[in-house]
Amino acid sequence: MKRRDFLKFVGLSAAVAGAVPGFMNKEVKAREYTPPPGALTARRWGLAIDLRKCWEHPDCRDCIEACHHVHNVPQIPDKKKEIKWIWKDEFEHVFPDKPNEFNDILLKGKSFLLLCNHCEHPPCVRLCPTQATFKREDGIVMMDYHRCIGCRFCMAACPFGARSFNWIDPRPYIEDPNPEFPTRMKGVVEKCLFCYERLEKGQKPACVEACKCGALIFGDLEDENSEISRVLRSRFSIRRKPELGTGPSVFYLLG
Amino acid sequence: MYNRDKVIPGIIIFVLFVAFPIWWGHGKSVPPPNPELPKGKCVESKEYMRSQHMQLLNVWRNKAIREGMRIYVSSDGSRHWIGLQNGCMKCHHDKSKFCDRCHTYAAVQPYCWNCHIPPEMKKFKTPQPSFLLRLFKIPPKLKAVQASSEEAEHGEP
Repeated sequence: MKRRDFLKFVGLSAAVAGAVPGFMNKEVKAREYTPPPGALTARRWGLAIDLRKCWEHPDCRDCIEACHHVHNVPQIPDKKKEIKWIWKDEFEHVFPDKPNEFNDILLKGKSFLLLCNHCEHPPCVRLCPTQATFKREDGIVMMDYHRCIGCRFCMAACPFGARSFNWIDPRPYIEDPNPEFPTRMKGVVEKCLFCYERLEKGQKPACVEACKCGALIFGDLEDENSEISRVLRSRFSIRRKPELGTGPSVFYLLG
Repeated sequence: MYNRDKVIPGIIIFVLFVAFPIWWGHGKSVPPPNPELPKGKCVESKEYMRSQHMQLLNVWRNKAIREGMRIYVSSDGSRHWIGLQNGCMKCHHDKSKFCDRCHTYAAVQPYCWNCHIPPEMKKFKTPQPSFLLRLFKIPPKLKAVQASSEEAEHGEP
């Protein structure tokens, strides 16, 4: 065989092997991953809590019950071991940085809704040694329970007490489990995740949907036309411990 | 050889004892696992799933939770929702008849189900008093009393 023919043959063989599908290139077909269609997206998710509306119904627990049911949060009677994603507390505990004896009298018996603040600069994320908790691009401070080793650094870092640790197996304390969402196991930290699993399906968070009075406004803080940024521009609001510089994304509407 | 009558039976007993797993299981075979397969097609071929499902699930959980990539486009172009409870188990309705059959056979214990809820599990066990409480016969109510007194301490006056 001449050199010229040999080179021609080799070139032709390579072209056939590469171009004809399934000949030599069986693994070429790529497996792809895409975000779900119809998901709600934002640049920075935030929540505004309208306290005036919330205080009209002091005994209402719709949002708490909806959240805790959807996410299989156990109801543990022992306060030292309890798990909470969203709960209520009084003024002096929620805003300890604003001590005011007259406000304590004025706001006596009024409860404030508490949950993870999904900070812009979350200290829990900085401390997590396994990156089990991390900041998503849409502002949600996310938990990857697969990675949590239960060191509780994040709990020490969080200035809002938004995180709970599973001291015991939570399963016996879940009365009516939701088969669409996992539970957690002993030795794992958990908290509110702004219902990332509902946003993926195009639904608003469970607490926002459960509130009959419309006291919870959820939306994109960086979108000028969203309801939440319009409300926050027009009414006076406060955040918890803003002086710490964590940049909470949960706002309490007062005016 | 001294003590021949003791040493030789001793050696025979020792060899038999050490070889116990060999002669005990000789000629027997455990039937191969027979997982119940649902009708229809899985996300990938049977052979691929059989050998690679653990790697696929591991990639899936990172893609879905950490990158927000919830849709898997398989090699034949079909699209699937990534998830264990909301994906896999929507076809494989029974963990004990599918996952467990091979996992028990191969003696592997993946920890998926510490958190994920198997589809056949409708209710969890009710809370039991701990071993120490039972040992000293302390009624579990005592804990609830403690909790409520603590609440009064921190709650409103």
